[in-house]
Amino acid sequence: MKYLDEYRDVSLARPLVEELKNAVTKPLRIMEVCGSHTMAIFRNGLRSILPPGMELVSGPGCPVCVTSASHMDAFISMADRPGVRVAIFGDLFRVPGTKGSLAEASSRGAKVDIVYSPMDALDIAVKNPHELVVFLGVGFETTTPGIAATILTAHNTKVRNFMVFSTQKTMPAPMEALLSDPALKIDGLLCPGHVSSIIGAGTWEPLARKYNLACVVSGFETADLLKSLILLARQVGNNDIKVENVYPRAVSWEGNSRAAKVVDEIFEAADMDWRGLGRIPSSGLKIREKYAEFDAEVRLDIKLPEAKEPKGCMCGNILKGMSTPRECPLFATRCNTANPIGPCMVSSEGTCAAYYKYGRDE
Amino acid sequence: MGEKTILLDHGSGGLASQQLIADLFLKYLDNKTLHSLEDSAILQNRRGRLAFTTDSYVVDPIFFPGGDIGKLAVHGTINDLAMRGAVPYCLSLGLILEEGFAMDELEKIIVSISEACKEAGVPVVTGDTKVVPRGKGDKIFINTSGIGFVAKDIDISSKNAKEGDAVLLSGTMGDHGITIMTRRAGIAVQGDLQSDTMPLHNLVAALLAELPGDIHTLRDPTRGGVATTLNEVATASGLSIELSDESLPIRPQVRAACELLGLEPLYLANEGKCLAIVSGSQAEKALAVMRATKEGKDAAIIGRLVAGRSGRVIINTPVGGARVVTPLHGMPLPRIC
Amino acid sequence: MCLAIPMRVVSVQGDPDDFTTHQLATVDADGISREVRLEIVDHWPAVGDYVIVHAGFAIHSLVEEEALKNIALLRELAEKTPEELLS
Repeated sequence: MKYLDEYRDVSLARPLVEELKNAVTKPLRIMEVCGSHTMAIFRNGLRSILPPGMELVSGPGCPVCVTSASHMDAFISMADRPGVRVAIFGDLFRVPGTKGSLAEASSRGAKVDIVYSPMDALDIAVKNPHELVVFLGVGFETTTPGIAATILTAHNTKVRNFMVFSTQKTMPAPMEALLSDPALKIDGLLCPGHVSSIIGAGTWEPLARKYNLACVVSGFETADLLKSLILLARQVGNNDIKVENVYPRAVSWEGNSRAAKVVDEIFEAADMDWRGLGRIPSSGLKIREKYAEFDAEVRLDIKLPEAKEPKGCMCGNILKGMSTPRECPLFATRCNTANPIGPCMVSSEGTCAAYYKYGRDE
Repeated sequence: MGEKTILLDHGSGGLASQQLIADLFLKYLDNKTLHSLEDSAILQNRRGRLAFTTDSYVVDPIFFPGGDIGKLAVHGTINDLAMRGAVPYCLSLGLILEEGFAMDELEKIIVSISEACKEAGVPVVTGDTKVVPRGKGDKIFINTSGIGFVAKDIDISSKNAKEGDAVLLSGTMGDHGITIMTRRAGIAVQGDLQSDTMPLHNLVAALLAELPGDIHTLRDPTRGGVATTLNEVATASGLSIELSDESLPIRPQVRAACELLGLEPLYLANEGKCLAIVSGSQAEKALAVMRATKEGKDAAIIGRLVAGRSGRVIINTPVGGARVVTPLHGMPLPRIC
Repeated sequence: MCLAIPMRVVSVQGDPDDFTTHQLATVDADGISREVRLEIVDHWPAVGDYVIVHAGFAIHSLVEEEALKNIALLRELAEKTPEELLS
């Protein structure tokens, strides 16, 4: 596949592996902001060849994992409503609320359609005019513009039975929330590639300066990841902190203004609940009043149930890299990959899921 | 037979049932034993051990590029027999039909079953049909059971895999799984994606003829894919399995579709492939034998059995890293993250 | 949070400035193809261009020059920083 395979080429990656071995001159701890980076690093087997002194911790950038239990409960109760069918990304199917998941709702008769694109959900609405179709919106800035464009299309084509339940979240608000805790000790951020495509590499600059964090915007292929880790190690080693962009084929400093315009037309900033992190101000998006007919929360009069985070769940601390999974009382007892409680276990490569599946002897 | 759809009467055992059997099943499933229409088929026994297997098929959609539910059922049961080194002998065919199911679709499936049986040389000798009310089934469910004969010196089992054995895969991964997945509304992708459904008993016969004693384990990686099946083998044998990422055979179209949808070919179903675990020293010969067959033309050596934690499957990545491949918890789903 | 892959544009329709038209492209990669939406792509692609596709939308038009710079960046060892390479 063009523009993909070249970056996975062993001849490009091998020299970088060698270079990485020598790049760490000062021990450093890097947070992988983006869940897809955690997955890509895992898939490439990079964790097993990290040089000593370099530690990677998983951050809050996995959209389904940070969907709060009360949002999941609301999603599920929506799916259970007669006359309603919900359309979701596959990622959401098994995420648990306080009383089960959408998979379980589907098993008791709820109509749950798994789609690849929010536009496919709109298609379902058009093909089923007598049902209300609700697209359960999760995702960060990469996904939000597509959802916005879908709502705009629904508006322009006068589709009356399509809605979105928006739990869209934004970067870098949660990073600010994590980093403002002085107990958090990280030296750098592996910045999300496709989110940065939309928001621009420059978005990370204020964070880098305020918290003295090495920042590298990275792609997802082997060579991209290796190069990014090398540059992070060098920034920390030389105490030369800045934002570097290793993904120029997809990311510019300013970002995608066309996408930003579409988002701005449909959405406005809102406070949002994050699983494991609580309510973070201005970290989410809600549909503007002008498009209220597409807002499931408004049109279906949804009251968010008060779902308490289970007692003992230490995901907040684990996301901050301040605790390890084994220190959590729920780890491997009530919380495991088959029955995950917090985002660190919900994500198939989250910190807790990784510990649970592979142990520490990886 | 004038009806255009299946009616409850067709499952009642009365004249309507008999008419369905005569006009459809016996028309295409043509062998003496079935035509005698007794309550049981009496088979001539032979000395030795019998292999017996059963499988049910509920795939949706029932027609897909490369095959249909009928063909899948015949191949699937033949393959289960072949994976123990049995020579398939005969099949049973149990159908559960939903009231309202289109007769012409049923006919297509029966024709397909008939062709698959003829091509494989394995007949359906007994069958049954039931009809459930509309809404209580999903068009058609099929159960096939199969009987095969296992020669005296054959002992093929997951437990027999030994340290140092090589792992071979008879062809490309994930073809069936991705084809079914992309036929679903909302996940559509166009292109040359086809199920690989195919009977493997001739491939197995070739391996057993050329390498008697060296074929330790045969498994067909259906649901859960190669990853799940190899995890089972690793657990049963008490060993670890090391795979090489670069050696996994995948069609470019399958790979591209998986990249787009966030799916892993290792976890996608295969319906015409087998994993063979053979003596390490015979790996190249086994590969040559497989590649000389039409079923195994894309065969590859993908890994080996090593001492280590029981049940562990590891992939070595091209850059020299390694990752553990865990079995799937449930169905693979497309993702955006 | 972002599975996205580069795919080649085979056909384009719609008006980039008029959101009431269907802004669509057919894209392919290694023998598979799909329709993707162009409402949020940064630069309107031409046939033969590559776009990065996420959840059925093109999010970025890939420029060959940038891709070549990217490879050069990854090949360059040790001394040069990305800014030096991209300047």
